[in-house]
Amino acid sequence: MRDTVTTPALPLGDDALILSHRLGEWAGHAPVLEEEVALANIALDLLGQARVLLSLAGDEDELAYLREEREFRNLQLVEQPNGDFAHTIARQLYFSTFQELLFEQLASGDTELAPLAGKAVKEVAYHRDHAAQWTLRLGDGTDESHTRMQRALDALWRFTGEMFEPVAGLEALPWATFHDVWTTRITATVEQATLRLPEGPQRGAWTAGAGRQGLHTEPFGRLLAEMQHLHRSHPGATW
Amino acid sequence: MTTTPRPAESRASGAPAEAADARPTDWPLWEVFVRSRRGLSHTHAGSLHAPDAEMALRNARDLYTRRSEGVSLWVVPSAQITASSPDEKDAFFEPAGDKPYRHPTFYEIPEGVHHL
Repeated sequence: MRDTVTTPALPLGDDALILSHRLGEWAGHAPVLEEEVALANIALDLLGQARVLLSLAGDEDELAYLREEREFRNLQLVEQPNGDFAHTIARQLYFSTFQELLFEQLASGDTELAPLAGKAVKEVAYHRDHAAQWTLRLGDGTDESHTRMQRALDALWRFTGEMFEPVAGLEALPWATFHDVWTTRITATVEQATLRLPEGPQRGAWTAGAGRQGLHTEPFGRLLAEMQHLHRSHPGATW
Repeated sequence: MTTTPRPAESRASGAPAEAADARPTDWPLWEVFVRSRRGLSHTHAGSLHAPDAEMALRNARDLYTRRSEGVSLWVVPSAQITASSPDEKDAFFEPAGDKPYRHPTFYEIPEGVHHL
Protein backbone atom coordinates (compact mmCIF):
# COMPACT_ATOMS: atom_id res chain seq x y z
CA MET A 1 0.00 0.00 0.00
CA ARG A 2 2.99 2.32 0.30
CA ASP A 3 6.61 2.61 -0.46
CA THR A 4 8.98 1.40 2.18
CA VAL A 5 9.09 3.87 5.03
CA THR A 6 12.65 4.47 6.06
CA THR A 7 12.27 6.34 9.35
CA PRO A 8 13.30 4.31 12.39
CA ALA A 9 10.09 5.56 14.01
CA LEU A 10 8.23 2.82 12.13
CA PRO A 11 9.88 -0.29 13.62
CA LEU A 12 10.00 1.26 17.09
CA GLY A 13 6.37 2.34 16.78
CA ASP A 14 5.39 -1.16 15.68
CA ASP A 15 7.12 -2.63 18.75
CA ALA A 16 5.07 -0.38 21.02
CA LEU A 17 1.81 -0.91 19.14
CA ILE A 18 1.99 -4.69 19.02
CA LEU A 19 3.14 -5.12 22.63
CA SER A 20 0.40 -2.72 23.71
CA HIS A 21 -2.17 -4.88 21.94
CA ARG A 22 -0.83 -8.06 23.52
CA LEU A 23 -1.00 -6.53 27.00
CA GLY A 24 -4.50 -5.27 26.27
CA GLU A 25 -5.56 -8.88 25.77
CA TRP A 26 -5.19 -9.35 29.54
CA ALA A 27 -8.17 -7.05 30.16
CA GLY A 28 -10.80 -9.21 31.81
CA HIS A 29 -8.36 -12.10 32.22
CA ALA A 30 -5.64 -10.93 34.61
CA PRO A 31 -5.07 -12.96 37.79
CA VAL A 32 -6.21 -10.11 40.04
CA LEU A 33 -7.90 -6.77 39.44
CA GLU A 34 -4.89 -4.79 40.67
CA GLU A 35 -2.64 -6.51 38.14
CA GLU A 36 -5.14 -6.03 35.36
CA VAL A 37 -5.00 -2.27 35.90
CA ALA A 38 -1.20 -2.38 36.06
CA LEU A 39 -0.96 -4.22 32.72
CA ALA A 40 -3.54 -1.91 31.16
CA ASN A 41 -1.54 1.10 32.33
CA ILE A 42 1.57 -0.27 30.69
CA ALA A 43 -0.39 -1.03 27.53
CA LEU A 44 -1.66 2.54 27.42
CA ASP A 45 1.85 3.94 27.91
CA LEU A 46 2.99 1.85 24.94
CA LEU A 47 -0.01 2.90 22.86
CA GLY A 48 0.88 6.53 23.51
CA GLN A 49 4.42 5.86 22.34
CA ALA A 50 3.09 4.06 19.26
CA ARG A 51 0.86 6.98 18.29
CA VAL A 52 3.73 9.48 18.42
CA LEU A 53 6.14 7.19 16.60
CA LEU A 54 3.72 6.09 13.87
CA SER A 55 2.67 9.68 13.32
CA LEU A 56 6.32 10.44 12.55
CA ALA A 57 6.22 7.65 9.96
CA GLY A 58 2.91 8.57 8.34
CA ASP A 59 -0.82 8.40 9.15
CA GLU A 60 -1.08 6.53 12.43
CA ASP A 61 -4.46 4.93 11.70
CA GLU A 62 -3.50 3.80 8.23
CA LEU A 63 -0.25 2.37 9.51
CA ALA A 64 -1.87 0.53 12.41
CA TYR A 65 -5.02 -0.73 10.75
CA LEU A 66 -4.40 -1.06 7.04
CA ARG A 67 -0.99 -2.66 6.70
CA GLU A 68 -0.56 -6.33 5.92
CA GLU A 69 1.48 -8.65 8.10
CA ARG A 70 4.62 -8.42 5.97
CA GLU A 71 4.63 -4.62 6.26
CA PHE A 72 4.98 -4.62 10.04
CA ARG A 73 8.52 -4.14 11.33
CA ASN A 74 8.12 -5.08 15.00
CA LEU A 75 10.33 -7.53 16.81
CA GLN A 76 9.08 -11.09 16.91
CA LEU A 77 9.47 -10.96 20.70
CA VAL A 78 6.63 -8.48 21.23
CA GLU A 79 4.15 -10.43 19.09
CA GLN A 80 4.58 -13.65 21.09
CA PRO A 81 1.32 -14.73 22.76
CA ASN A 82 0.71 -13.83 26.39
CA GLY A 83 0.94 -17.46 27.50
CA ASP A 84 0.65 -17.80 31.24
CA PHE A 85 1.37 -14.81 33.47
CA ALA A 86 5.06 -15.78 33.69
CA HIS A 87 5.40 -15.61 29.88
CA THR A 88 3.92 -12.12 29.88
CA ILE A 89 6.32 -11.05 32.63
CA ALA A 90 9.34 -12.59 30.88
CA ARG A 91 8.43 -10.79 27.65
CA GLN A 92 8.07 -7.54 29.59
CA LEU A 93 11.37 -8.02 31.38
CA TYR A 94 13.30 -8.75 28.19
CA PHE A 95 11.72 -5.95 26.17
CA SER A 96 11.45 -3.20 28.79
CA THR A 97 15.08 -3.62 29.81
CA PHE A 98 16.07 -3.19 26.18
CA GLN A 99 13.65 -0.36 25.48
CA GLU A 100 14.90 1.60 28.49
CA LEU A 101 18.49 1.40 27.20
CA LEU A 102 17.41 2.39 23.70
CA PHE A 103 15.28 5.34 24.81
CA GLU A 104 17.95 6.60 27.23
CA GLN A 105 20.33 6.75 24.31
CA LEU A 106 17.81 8.32 21.94
CA ALA A 107 16.81 10.91 24.54
CA SER A 108 20.35 12.23 24.71
CA GLY A 109 20.63 12.41 20.93
CA ASP A 110 19.36 14.95 18.43
CA THR A 111 17.14 12.84 16.19
CA GLU A 112 13.44 13.44 15.73
CA LEU A 113 12.90 10.63 18.25
CA ALA A 114 14.61 12.46 21.13
CA PRO A 115 11.53 14.26 22.55
CA LEU A 116 9.45 11.08 22.60
CA ALA A 117 12.30 9.06 24.05
CA GLY A 118 12.91 11.58 26.81
CA LYS A 119 9.29 11.36 27.93
CA ALA A 120 8.90 7.61 27.42
CA VAL A 121 12.04 6.58 29.25
CA LYS A 122 10.34 7.33 32.59
CA GLU A 123 7.39 5.16 31.62
CA VAL A 124 9.65 2.37 30.50
CA ALA A 125 11.68 2.50 33.72
CA TYR A 126 8.45 1.70 35.53
CA HIS A 127 7.60 -1.09 33.09
CA ARG A 128 11.01 -2.65 33.72
CA ASP A 129 10.59 -2.33 37.47
CA HIS A 130 7.13 -3.93 37.30
CA ALA A 131 8.50 -6.90 35.36
CA ALA A 132 11.55 -7.24 37.61
CA GLN A 133 9.43 -7.20 40.77
CA TRP A 134 7.25 -9.97 39.41
CA THR A 135 10.23 -11.96 38.18
CA LEU A 136 11.63 -11.90 41.73
CA ARG A 137 8.35 -12.98 43.27
CA LEU A 138 7.60 -15.72 40.78
CA GLY A 139 11.17 -17.01 40.66
CA ASP A 140 11.66 -16.94 44.42
CA GLY A 141 8.06 -17.91 45.16
CA THR A 142 6.56 -21.38 45.12
CA ASP A 143 7.93 -24.41 43.26
CA GLU A 144 5.15 -23.95 40.72
CA SER A 145 5.83 -20.25 40.10
CA HIS A 146 9.58 -20.90 39.93
CA THR A 147 9.10 -23.62 37.31
CA ARG A 148 6.77 -21.49 35.24
CA MET A 149 9.00 -18.41 35.37
CA GLN A 150 12.04 -20.40 34.28
CA ARG A 151 10.04 -22.04 31.50
CA ALA A 152 8.93 -18.61 30.27
CA LEU A 153 12.44 -17.15 30.33
CA ASP A 154 13.70 -20.17 28.38
CA ALA A 155 10.87 -20.10 25.84
CA LEU A 156 11.34 -16.46 24.87
CA TRP A 157 15.14 -16.42 24.99
CA ARG A 158 15.56 -17.19 21.29
CA PHE A 159 13.68 -14.00 20.39
CA THR A 160 15.97 -11.71 22.39
CA GLY A 161 18.89 -11.50 19.94
CA GLU A 162 16.79 -9.65 17.40
CA MET A 163 16.53 -6.64 19.73
CA PHE A 164 20.20 -5.89 19.21
CA GLU A 165 20.15 -5.96 15.40
CA PRO A 166 20.78 -2.32 14.41
CA VAL A 167 17.59 -0.61 13.27
CA ALA A 168 17.82 1.01 9.87
CA GLY A 169 18.53 4.70 10.35
CA LEU A 170 19.92 4.15 13.85
CA GLU A 171 23.08 2.26 12.93
CA ALA A 172 25.19 4.78 14.84
CA LEU A 173 23.74 3.73 18.21
CA PRO A 174 25.92 1.48 20.42
CA TRP A 175 24.02 -1.77 19.78
CA ALA A 176 26.79 -3.99 21.11
CA THR A 177 26.82 -2.01 24.34
CA PHE A 178 23.05 -2.34 24.56
CA HIS A 179 23.51 -6.10 24.44
CA ASP A 180 26.22 -6.11 27.10
CA VAL A 181 24.33 -3.90 29.55
CA TRP A 182 21.08 -5.74 28.86
CA THR A 183 22.74 -9.07 29.59
CA THR A 184 24.24 -7.74 32.83
CA ARG A 185 20.90 -6.38 34.04
CA ILE A 186 18.88 -9.44 33.06
CA THR A 187 21.46 -11.72 34.69
CA ALA A 188 21.30 -9.74 37.94
CA THR A 189 17.50 -9.87 38.10
CA VAL A 190 17.31 -13.52 37.10
CA GLU A 191 19.92 -14.62 39.62
CA GLN A 192 18.34 -12.60 42.41
CA ALA A 193 15.13 -14.42 41.58
CA THR A 194 16.95 -17.77 42.08
CA LEU A 195 16.50 -18.48 38.38
CA ARG A 196 19.16 -19.14 35.77
CA LEU A 197 19.92 -17.25 32.59
CA PRO A 198 18.66 -19.41 29.68
CA GLU A 199 21.23 -21.23 27.62
CA GLY A 200 21.15 -21.59 23.89
CA PRO A 201 21.27 -19.14 21.04
CA GLN A 202 19.55 -15.77 21.28
CA ARG A 203 18.83 -15.94 17.61
CA GLY A 204 18.41 -18.48 14.88
CA ALA A 205 17.80 -18.62 11.16
CA TRP A 206 14.25 -17.41 11.71
CA THR A 207 14.76 -14.93 14.47
CA ALA A 208 17.83 -12.92 13.46
CA GLY A 209 16.20 -9.66 12.53
CA ALA A 210 13.32 -11.37 10.80
CA GLY A 211 10.63 -9.22 12.41
CA ARG A 212 12.40 -6.06 11.34
CA GLN A 213 12.30 -7.41 7.78
CA GLY A 214 8.59 -8.16 7.95
CA LEU A 215 8.80 -11.88 8.70
CA HIS A 216 6.56 -12.78 11.60
CA THR A 217 5.57 -15.82 13.61
CA GLU A 218 2.31 -17.65 13.17
CA PRO A 219 0.39 -16.05 16.08
CA PHE A 220 0.94 -12.59 14.61
CA GLY A 221 -1.68 -13.07 11.88
CA ARG A 222 -4.41 -13.70 14.45
CA LEU A 223 -3.32 -10.68 16.46
CA LEU A 224 -3.58 -8.47 13.38
CA ALA A 225 -6.97 -9.89 12.43
CA GLU A 226 -8.34 -8.98 15.83
CA MET A 227 -6.64 -5.60 15.98
CA GLN A 228 -7.67 -4.51 12.49
CA HIS A 229 -11.07 -6.05 11.89
CA LEU A 230 -13.13 -3.16 13.28
CA HIS A 231 -11.37 -0.53 11.22
CA ARG A 232 -11.48 -2.68 8.11
CA SER A 233 -15.16 -3.51 8.63
CA HIS A 234 -16.17 0.09 9.30
CA PRO A 235 -13.60 2.34 7.60
CA GLY A 236 -13.42 5.78 9.13
CA ALA A 237 -15.75 4.92 12.00
CA THR A 238 -15.62 7.37 14.88
CA TRP A 239 -17.10 7.49 18.35
CA MET B 1 -9.34 -3.31 45.01
CA THR B 2 -12.32 -2.54 47.16
CA THR B 3 -13.96 0.83 47.31
CA THR B 4 -14.73 0.83 51.01
CA PRO B 5 -12.06 0.18 53.60
CA ARG B 6 -12.95 -2.62 55.96
CA PRO B 7 -10.02 -2.87 58.33
CA ALA B 8 -11.85 -4.81 61.00
CA GLU B 9 -13.15 -7.39 58.54
CA SER B 10 -9.90 -8.08 56.75
CA ARG B 11 -9.06 -11.74 56.55
CA ALA B 12 -5.40 -10.87 56.69
CA SER B 13 -4.41 -11.50 60.25
CA GLY B 14 -0.68 -11.37 59.63
CA ALA B 15 -0.74 -9.01 56.73
CA PRO B 16 2.63 -9.17 54.95
CA ALA B 17 3.46 -12.80 55.67
CA GLU B 18 0.79 -15.02 54.21
CA ALA B 19 0.95 -18.75 53.67
CA ALA B 20 3.22 -19.71 50.79
CA ASP B 21 0.40 -21.41 48.93
CA ALA B 22 -1.99 -18.50 49.30
CA ARG B 23 -4.12 -17.84 46.27
CA PRO B 24 -4.36 -14.28 44.93
CA THR B 25 -7.68 -13.84 46.63
CA ASP B 26 -5.95 -14.44 49.95
CA TRP B 27 -3.59 -11.53 49.49
CA PRO B 28 -3.76 -9.16 52.42
CA LEU B 29 -5.64 -5.91 52.23
CA TRP B 30 -3.78 -2.60 52.31
CA GLU B 31 -5.04 0.91 52.95
CA VAL B 32 -3.74 3.58 50.60
CA PHE B 33 -2.98 7.16 51.59
CA VAL B 34 -2.20 9.77 48.94
CA ARG B 35 -0.61 13.16 49.39
CA SER B 36 -2.03 15.25 46.58
CA ARG B 37 0.63 17.94 46.75
CA ARG B 38 3.41 19.19 48.94
CA GLY B 39 2.28 20.73 52.21
CA LEU B 40 -0.92 18.72 52.47
CA SER B 41 -1.43 15.64 54.62
CA HIS B 42 -1.74 12.15 53.22
CA THR B 43 -5.43 11.40 52.79
CA HIS B 44 -7.07 7.99 52.72
CA ALA B 45 -7.83 7.11 49.11
CA GLY B 46 -9.03 3.52 49.28
CA SER B 47 -7.70 0.02 49.62
CA LEU B 48 -6.29 -2.81 47.53
CA HIS B 49 -4.94 -6.33 47.71
CA ALA B 50 -1.24 -7.08 47.27
CA PRO B 51 1.15 -9.87 48.27
CA ASP B 52 3.62 -7.55 50.05
CA ALA B 53 4.35 -3.92 50.78
CA GLU B 54 6.44 -3.23 47.68
CA MET B 55 3.75 -4.57 45.38
CA ALA B 56 1.08 -2.74 47.37
CA LEU B 57 2.94 0.51 46.69
CA ARG B 58 3.11 -0.23 42.98
CA ASN B 59 -0.53 -1.24 42.81
CA ALA B 60 -1.42 1.97 44.65
CA ARG B 61 0.53 3.94 42.07
CA ASP B 62 -1.43 2.30 39.27
CA LEU B 63 -4.82 2.47 40.94
CA TYR B 64 -4.82 5.81 42.72
CA THR B 65 -2.31 8.15 41.07
CA ARG B 66 -2.61 7.43 37.36
CA ARG B 67 -4.36 10.77 36.78
CA SER B 68 -1.72 12.82 38.59
CA GLU B 69 -3.54 12.70 41.92
CA GLY B 70 -0.48 12.49 44.08
CA VAL B 71 3.15 13.21 44.85
CA SER B 72 3.56 10.69 47.69
CA LEU B 73 1.98 7.39 48.71
CA TRP B 74 1.67 5.42 51.93
CA VAL B 75 0.39 1.86 52.17
CA VAL B 76 -0.57 0.36 55.51
CA PRO B 77 -1.68 -3.21 56.23
CA SER B 78 -5.38 -2.94 56.96
CA ALA B 79 -4.97 -5.44 59.77
CA GLN B 80 -2.72 -2.96 61.56
CA ILE B 81 -5.50 -0.42 61.84
CA THR B 82 -7.53 -0.43 65.04
CA ALA B 83 -10.95 0.99 64.29
CA SER B 84 -13.61 2.30 66.63
CA SER B 85 -16.60 0.01 66.86
CA PRO B 86 -20.05 1.05 65.60
CA ASP B 87 -21.41 -0.33 68.89
CA GLU B 88 -19.41 2.25 70.79
CA LYS B 89 -20.53 5.13 68.62
CA ASP B 90 -22.81 6.67 71.24
CA ALA B 91 -20.27 6.54 74.04
CA PHE B 92 -17.48 7.76 71.81
CA PHE B 93 -19.06 10.60 69.93
CA GLU B 94 -22.45 11.63 71.26
CA PRO B 95 -21.23 13.45 74.40
CA ALA B 96 -19.53 15.99 72.17
CA GLY B 97 -22.75 16.73 70.31
CA ASP B 98 -24.40 18.99 72.91
CA LYS B 99 -21.38 21.06 73.86
CA PRO B 100 -21.45 23.86 71.33
CA TYR B 101 -19.16 25.93 73.56
CA ARG B 102 -16.34 23.70 72.41
CA HIS B 103 -16.72 25.09 68.93
CA PRO B 104 -14.96 28.38 68.27
CA THR B 105 -18.15 30.14 67.23
CA PHE B 106 -18.20 32.78 69.98
CA TYR B 107 -15.33 34.82 68.71
CA GLU B 108 -15.27 37.75 66.37
CA ILE B 109 -13.01 36.75 63.57
CA PRO B 110 -10.73 39.63 62.68
CA GLU B 111 -11.00 40.79 59.15
CA GLY B 112 -8.48 39.37 56.77
CA VAL B 113 -7.99 36.15 58.72
CA HIS B 114 -8.73 33.11 56.64
CA HIS B 115 -8.57 29.41 57.48
CA LEU B 116 -9.33 30.00 61.17
